[in-house]
Amino acid sequence: MSAVDAATPSSVRPLLSIVDLRVRIAGSQILQGVSFDVPATGVTVLLGRNGVGKSTTLKAVLGLTPAGSQVTGEVLFDGVPTAGQATHHLVRQGLGYVPEDRGIFAGLTVAENLKLAERTSSSLRSEASGRAEPDYDTAYQLFPELRQRGRQRAGTLSGGQQQMLAIARVLLNPNRLLLVDEPTKGLAPRLVTEVADVVTRIAESVPILLVEQNLALVRRVGRDAVVLASGAVAYSGPIGALLDDEERTRSLLGVGHHRAAA
Amino acid sequence: MSTFLLLLLTGLGLAGLYFLVASGLSLVFGLADVLNFAHGLFLSVGAYATWWAATSLPGAGSEGFGFVLAVAFGVAAGAVVASIVELVLIRPLYKRTIAQVLVTVGLSLAGVALLQAIWGADARPFPRPAWASRVTVIGDASVPNSSLLLAVAAAVVLAGLLAFLRFTRVGLVIRAGVEDRSMVTALGIDVRKAFTLVFALGGAAAALAGILAGVQFSVVSPGQGTSLLIFGFIVVVIGGMGSITGTAWAAAAVGLLQQFVNYYASGLGDICVVALLAVVLLVRPQGLAGVAGGAHA
Repeated sequence: MSAVDAATPSSVRPLLSIVDLRVRIAGSQILQGVSFDVPATGVTVLLGRNGVGKSTTLKAVLGLTPAGSQVTGEVLFDGVPTAGQATHHLVRQGLGYVPEDRGIFAGLTVAENLKLAERTSSSLRSEASGRAEPDYDTAYQLFPELRQRGRQRAGTLSGGQQQMLAIARVLLNPNRLLLVDEPTKGLAPRLVTEVADVVTRIAESVPILLVEQNLALVRRVGRDAVVLASGAVAYSGPIGALLDDEERTRSLLGVGHHRAAA
Repeated sequence: MSTFLLLLLTGLGLAGLYFLVASGLSLVFGLADVLNFAHGLFLSVGAYATWWAATSLPGAGSEGFGFVLAVAFGVAAGAVVASIVELVLIRPLYKRTIAQVLVTVGLSLAGVALLQAIWGADARPFPRPAWASRVTVIGDASVPNSSLLLAVAAAVVLAGLLAFLRFTRVGLVIRAGVEDRSMVTALGIDVRKAFTLVFALGGAAAALAGILAGVQFSVVSPGQGTSLLIFGFIVVVIGGMGSITGTAWAAAAVGLLQQFVNYYASGLGDICVVALLAVVLLVRPQGLAGVAGGAHA
C-alpha cells in the first residue's frame, strides 16, 4: 500500500476531504461534525432525508453558506485547505458547482448564461487541465437544444431545459470535481433518465459529488454513497451494499425504493 | 397648451436630475446590497469640484470648452471619491449591513460638515454658461435651457448605461449579479471587482447630477446633495432596485407628477410624490421593474 502511495499519490489520495465539518446557520446547528472523502474517480452520492444538510455541505465546501453562519472543521481540495479562499478562486481551481434549483439567470438569455461562465484570464491556462477556450463542443453535444435557444430568455425555459443549461454552463470550463445538487428535482420521469445519462457520461472524465434523492438513479450512476443523518455521516461505503439492505435504507432515508425504475 | 408643454419639459428636466441621482443608487443596491446614504455626498463633490475648477483650474471656466473641462473634472472627482469610499469604507463591511448604514450615514454627515468647514455654509453662486440661464422657445413655450440640458444629459447617461450593461462583459456580470450574486461567484467570477466599478459609475452620474443641479439653481451649497438624495431613494424604491429602465420610468413619473401638481396646487407636489411611493409599495412592493420575491439569498 505504501509503495503504491509513493508512486501515484494523486490517484490514492482523496480529491476532496471533509473533516469534522460543523455549520451553524441562524442559530441552528445544521452539520454537527461531518467527515468523508470523495475519491478522484466516479460518482459519489450524498444521501439523506430532506433538511439533513446535504446542500449545506456542498455550499460549505465552496464557501457559499449565508452571511453570518459559523463554519468550522476542515475541507481539503486535493490536499489544500479551502478555508479562507474566495469562492470564485476555488471554482477557478476546478471545483464546478451546479446548485439546487439550477442557479440560472432568468433575466439573461441562454447564450448570455453560457457567456457569463466563459473565462478570459490567461492565468487559467496554468490552472486546471490547461484548456483555455470555453468548451462549447461538449456542452452542445450533450444538449443540442441549447444551441437553437441561444436568444431565448433562460427564465422561459422548462425545468428540464434549465437543468441542461446549468450543467452545460459548468462544463464550459475544465473541472477537477463537480458538485451537483439534486439535478432531477421537479423533473418528469423521462427527463430524469436523460439527466442520469448525462451524469454517467460526464463521470467518465470528471469525478462528481452528487446530491440526489432518486434512488433508482443513484443506483445506476453512483459507486460510493455517503448518508447524512442528524447532521453527521451515518453510512459511508458502496452504494450497492446500502441499497440492497432495504431495512437500513428505510431507516436512514425514510423511503423504500423500486429497483425496476430508471 | 404652452403651459402644458412648459410643465412637461421642465418636469422632464427634473426627472433627468432624479434619474442621475438614482441610477447609481439603484445599481449599487441591486448588485451589492449596499444602501449608500453617502451617495448625496457624491453630488456635492461633483458640484464643488466643478465650481473649484471653473474658478481655479487653468483652462477651465464657465463658458464653452472651459466649462466642459470643469464639468469633466467634477464628474471625475465624483467617480474617484465613490471608488475610494467603496474600497476603503464599504469593502471591509460587505457582510455587515448595519455597520454599512452607519458608515455611509456618518460619512454623509461628515462630508457635508467638511464642505461647510472649507467653503462655509452659505450657498455660493455656481459658474454657469450664459446660455444656461436663457430660454429656448419650443412651440409657444419658453423652456429654460438648464431644464433641457438636464433632460438631454439624463437621456444620454441612460442610453450609455443601457449599452454598457447590454454589450460589455462587466455589464453582463452586473446584470447577472443583480439577479443572484452568489451564483456569479460560483461561476468563478470575482464579483467584487464589479462593485467598485458600479460605485465609480454611480459616483460619476451623481456628480453630474450635482453639477447640473448647480446649473439649474445657479448656486451650490453643502447640503444640496443630501436633500436631492431623498428623491433619489424614492425613485429607486418606485422603480425597483437594480433596474436602470425601472429607475428611468420612476424618475419620469416622479418629476412630471411633482412639476404638474406644484403648478396647479402649489406645494402639494412633494406630498403627491410620497403618496405615489405609498401606492407603489402597497400595490407593487417590488417596484415597477422588480421581480416579485427578489433573487437575493
